[in-house]
Amino acid sequence: MSRTADINIKDNHIGETIGQFLKKILESDEVAAVLTPHRPAEKDMIMPRFITDPEHLQGAEPLSPAFAVNSARLVSRLTRQSPGGTIAALLRPCEIRAFVELVKLNQGSTENLIIIGTDCPGALQNADFFAFAEKHGDKATARFLETAFSDDQASAEDLQIAPACRACTQPTPEGADLAIGLFGLQPGPKIQVYAQTERGEVLLEKLGLEEAQADEKHQSAAEDLISRRSQARQEMIEQTRAATDTMEKLADYFSRCINCYNCRTACPVCYCRECVFATDVFDHEPVQYMKWAGRRGSVKMPTDTLFFHLTRMAHISTACVGCGQCANVCPSNIPLAELFISVAEQTQSAFSYQAGKSIDEQPPLAVFQEDEFQEIVGIENGS
Amino acid sequence: MEEQFDPVIVAFVCNWCTYTASDLAGTSRLGYPKNIRLIRVMCTGMVDTQYIIKAFLEGVDGVLVSGCHPGDCHYINGNFKARRRMKLLKTILPQFGIEENRLRLTWIGASDGIAFAETMQRLVDQIRELGPNPARAQQII
Ligand code: SF4
Ligand code: SF4
Ligand code: FES
Repeated sequence: MSRTADINIKDNHIGETIGQFLKKILESDEVAAVLTPHRPAEKDMIMPRFITDPEHLQGAEPLSPAFAVNSARLVSRLTRQSPGGTIAALLRPCEIRAFVELVKLNQGSTENLIIIGTDCPGALQNADFFAFAEKHGDKATARFLETAFSDDQASAEDLQIAPACRACTQPTPEGADLAIGLFGLQPGPKIQVYAQTERGEVLLEKLGLEEAQADEKHQSAAEDLISRRSQARQEMIEQTRAATDTMEKLADYFSRCINCYNCRTACPVCYCRECVFATDVFDHEPVQYMKWAGRRGSVKMPTDTLFFHLTRMAHISTACVGCGQCANVCPSNIPLAELFISVAEQTQSAFSYQAGKSIDEQPPLAVFQEDEFQEIVGIENGS
Repeated sequence: MEEQFDPVIVAFVCNWCTYTASDLAGTSRLGYPKNIRLIRVMCTGMVDTQYIIKAFLEGVDGVLVSGCHPGDCHYINGNFKARRRMKLLKTILPQFGIEENRLRLTWIGASDGIAFAETMQRLVDQIRELGPNPARAQQII
């Protein structure tokens, strides 16, 4: 049905092969620029790069284990008005989901965009990646990919992918115009590209790749992975709930929090232009602290820590896509992804909503129905 | 028996209905418990989730949001939006041990002075049964 093409892997380099594919796309008339993870020559760090000159695709690192930012925010910047040409963005599945959430909030548009998604082998947490990159330099991605598609996904160094990735049950790029299939095909001599939308069909056709049959190994390998992940996810959620099921435990969970708000900055779906916690509402008068302390004899400083996190849960848990960026940037190593994923699972199911799933589905707090949730109204149903 | 626990309950009440009902209860000399601290808002649709979270973190034992009956909201659908936010918080807070029934939503019309007084009494009884807010003891903010 939908158009499929095989891409043969050159010299065992999947990354380079996908890089070549991006080059072909950028050289076509269909696309004016490409956004892709990229490693500058002689450098260790891999960051997204916005590229108009195909030569600059040298150094593209499409499947690197680095995940320093969720690119949804960047794509949002690139598309909130017409950029004057079509952009192809190579994104992880959780980046696509986050972008879908931003589009619903009018913070981005798919109009001049082609999303190329990859099956995601997971990513390393920043700290792990930095150490890994230091050791392996330009070979880091290749080293990571040696074992990334094996069953237990332990890398050569026994590095584990990030907790959020281990619990990710949506590792295939739903919502992409073109999906790059790796599961079940890697390690192996080829990968596949699937057109998932009209726009994807057109592009794939223009690229002149030979049509192929979708390999069923891909589908079944994805399903296997997802079922293993679901189990890991459930375990993670249960542990996290047990660790936070009272306010006291929640306060302990955040006892190391320094209110730096990095988690908010890194979160792709924390959507407010100005965060209330950054306003003078929270520049309390000194007497306020006196009052707080006076009430019980003392107060933990800085204050407002749980207020911040609970508010963030209220604001974005229905939009949380489980990317783990919050945990990635926490200087205090608080297991934030675990907690936000656990809370998100509950709030999204309360509204039968799945963040990032469909662009047409309105965010739960933006809509209502007249005859819903009657059971929470009234105080008759005793305590 | 130990001393009776005296809960503190914050009630965000809509100016056009529940607040008017409280006024009516007053002028009709229908008392309601002093445990209730009324906060008048223009519509339940403006009760931000932050207000409720803050109230619990400051140690209140219960929060009520009360507005116009469906169809009667002066801003068309503020009460329906409020109901979604209540659903959201009733999903989040219990995960951390703040019992769902500490957070209540009712519709009380402007002429329902009696319903207002009765509801407040029942609410206080229910929260009393739940005991103090677990966040209160520790001054967690
Ligand atoms: S809360 Fe954390 S896991 Fe969820 S979308 Fe934001 S950064 Fe990603
Ligand atoms: S990044 Fe970590 S320390 Fe900073 S506000 Fe978030 S949880 Fe607290
Ligand atoms: S005006 Fe009363 S709830 Fe909206």
